Amino acid sequence: MAKKSYRQAIAEALRQEMERDARVIVMGEDVAGGMGAPGEDDAWGGPLGVTKGLMPIFGRDRVLDTPITESAFIGAAAGAAATGLRPVAELMFVDFFGVCFDQIFNQAAKFRYMFGGKAVTPLVVRTMYGAGFRAASQHSQCLYPVFTHIPGLKVVLPSSPYEAKGLLIQAIRDDDPVIFFEHKAMYDEEEEVPDEPYAIPFGEANLTREGDDVTIVAFGRMVGFANQVADKLAKDGISCTVVDPRTTSPLDSDTILECVEETGRLVVVDEAHPRCSMASDIAGLAAQHVFGALKAPIQMVTAPHAPVPFSPSLEDLYIPSPDKIEAAVRKTMAS
Amino acid sequence: MAADIKTIVMPKWGLAMQEGMVARWLVAPGAVIKAGEEILDIETSKIANVYESPVAGPLRRTLVAEGETVPVGALLGVVADSDVGDDEIEAFITEFQASFVQQAEAAVGPPEPQMIEADGRRFRYLQIGEADGPPVVFIHGFGGDLNNWQFNQEALAAGRTTYALDLPGHGGSTKEVGAGDVAALADAVTAFLDAQAIDRAHLVGHSLGGAIAAYLALKRGERVASATLIASAGLGAEINMAYIEGFMSAKRRKQLEPVLQLLVADPEMVSREMIEDVLKMKRIDGVEAALQKVIGAVFPGGRQALLLTDLLGDADAPVQVIFGAEDQIVPAGHLAGLPSAVPAHKLSGAGHMVHMEKAAEVNDLISRFIEG
Repeated sequence: MAKKSYRQAIAEALRQEMERDARVIVMGEDVAGGMGAPGEDDAWGGPLGVTKGLMPIFGRDRVLDTPITESAFIGAAAGAAATGLRPVAELMFVDFFGVCFDQIFNQAAKFRYMFGGKAVTPLVVRTMYGAGFRAASQHSQCLYPVFTHIPGLKVVLPSSPYEAKGLLIQAIRDDDPVIFFEHKAMYDEEEEVPDEPYAIPFGEANLTREGDDVTIVAFGRMVGFANQVADKLAKDGISCTVVDPRTTSPLDSDTILECVEETGRLVVVDEAHPRCSMASDIAGLAAQHVFGALKAPIQMVTAPHAPVPFSPSLEDLYIPSPDKIEAAVRKTMAS
Repeated sequence: MAADIKTIVMPKWGLAMQEGMVARWLVAPGAVIKAGEEILDIETSKIANVYESPVAGPLRRTLVAEGETVPVGALLGVVADSDVGDDEIEAFITEFQASFVQQAEAAVGPPEPQMIEADGRRFRYLQIGEADGPPVVFIHGFGGDLNNWQFNQEALAAGRTTYALDLPGHGGSTKEVGAGDVAALADAVTAFLDAQAIDRAHLVGHSLGGAIAAYLALKRGERVASATLIASAGLGAEINMAYIEGFMSAKRRKQLEPVLQLLVADPEMVSREMIEDVLKMKRIDGVEAALQKVIGAVFPGGRQALLLTDLLGDADAPVQVIFGAEDQIVPAGHLAGLPSAVPAHKLSGAGHMVHMEKAAEVNDLISRFIEG
């Protein structure tokens, strides 16, 4: 086992699944690069180089550079999935979903239901999300709550390289449309990742820390922040459970509720805007089902209800930080 | 004249970069390069990029071949005017490399597992120590891996060569287990010994690995210098199938924790990381099918298929057996049936993972047995 980056873990999952199953194809804007420019094959590999190296192995028939028309190629991917392939389409930034959402939520997500369970749509949409990249309000959003809202879509938020590889393999093997969210600030994070293929099942939360006082439920990049806070607070005698739900749909509400019952305190950390977010969703879940176990009001740590600012100093303030998470934990401990 | 000699070294692109690969040289020795000229392609785990020369002048030597990965700061090329002699350049390079190598060695971490191909199959193993004489080879049990020997291997590596391997179906090794029985797994261990060019080894086997070591001591005695069987299978029919079945069915930490706690006398010993590591291993493609095959072949009908107890007294190689008194997987009562010629040790306060729970005592027993 070697240390691999989030980027390498994702690339390895793609490569291994393409080797295993000839129906798996990759498509998107510049996923290889150099289309139509002789001598520049595989020049790009997507904006952050995740898919670089796939085209020379699998050829242009399985690594398709598409026009800059999300509506067309996401639609084509949904159609290809419905007719026997297992496409992994790259929606460069999730912020662009507006121009191809019909193909996702009103087509791909509905096939299984509308055709009496006879149609399967093994489509994966890989997409970048999140702030911290100085990419301003149109390239920095955390729009997973929008997708989580749609029945028929599975929504995945890998929180580390190990998680990214296993969850992407599961996504590719899954027969339903999966939206796979990659945080753009995490591509260089490294950890030990097995060389062999492995799948992490959906809908099973991972407890990255186990404690007695507070449950922190965190998503995607926020899991690492929550772990930092838990480790710091452990030295002050506050012991935290950190729950990484891994997937927001399906959601492992059983594990979340069990942890809240055990600790009696809940902090939810969500990089998305606060209204109709995973933070409000988890808070509502706890209030509905384990209200009697709560010893203090639920705390939510989210971005503000505002677009991501371009000013670097404002962007830094915008993102939920370990300091804000720590403050929230201390607040629930104080009451 | 070193001042006239300029270096091109592996650049550091970003805080996390520790090494880079020279993908392609864009200039050849002899070329006169300009500052800012594109001279080579470098690839790192993060990025592939073209490197622009920080210096100008004739490129006299290149030190790193295409495809080679070297640490940040390593010497890639030397630039110097033609009035600098070749011998001066050689001397400069020698001096540079000598001081650089020292830095690199200081940064060497702990030994890392390696891979070897044996009889067409892939084995992961960890070697610690390097010395003359038959090496010590550690064979883990059902569902384990080479990390099970983390408290033993290094201690026994002083003055010896030691290997811990992952059995087929386990850890980082092949998931092809053949028939999945003790004989097939023993053949795999023999193939590993062949691939490592090990004629004779001191075998240390735990649980299923103990049965494999015992089998080899009986069938391939010429390859076995000694065999230490720890909480060993193969010495009686009983096996705790609740453990085996629980191990297989548990998909989550909460389900697996009470199962793994059966392995030790003190349940507190089962850490989050232990549980997490087992879950990670079980998720790897092919592991579940491989382990089911082993269960079917080694524990058919919930009983151990292979009983070697009566034969051990006649083994060519010396054999000793160690059990934890509180073993809940394979009963320590199996010691009672051993031939009197086989030294038997029952350690109190320990369960099935006696080599982890009572590591110092077990290491001492192994060490003294090996030294005869």
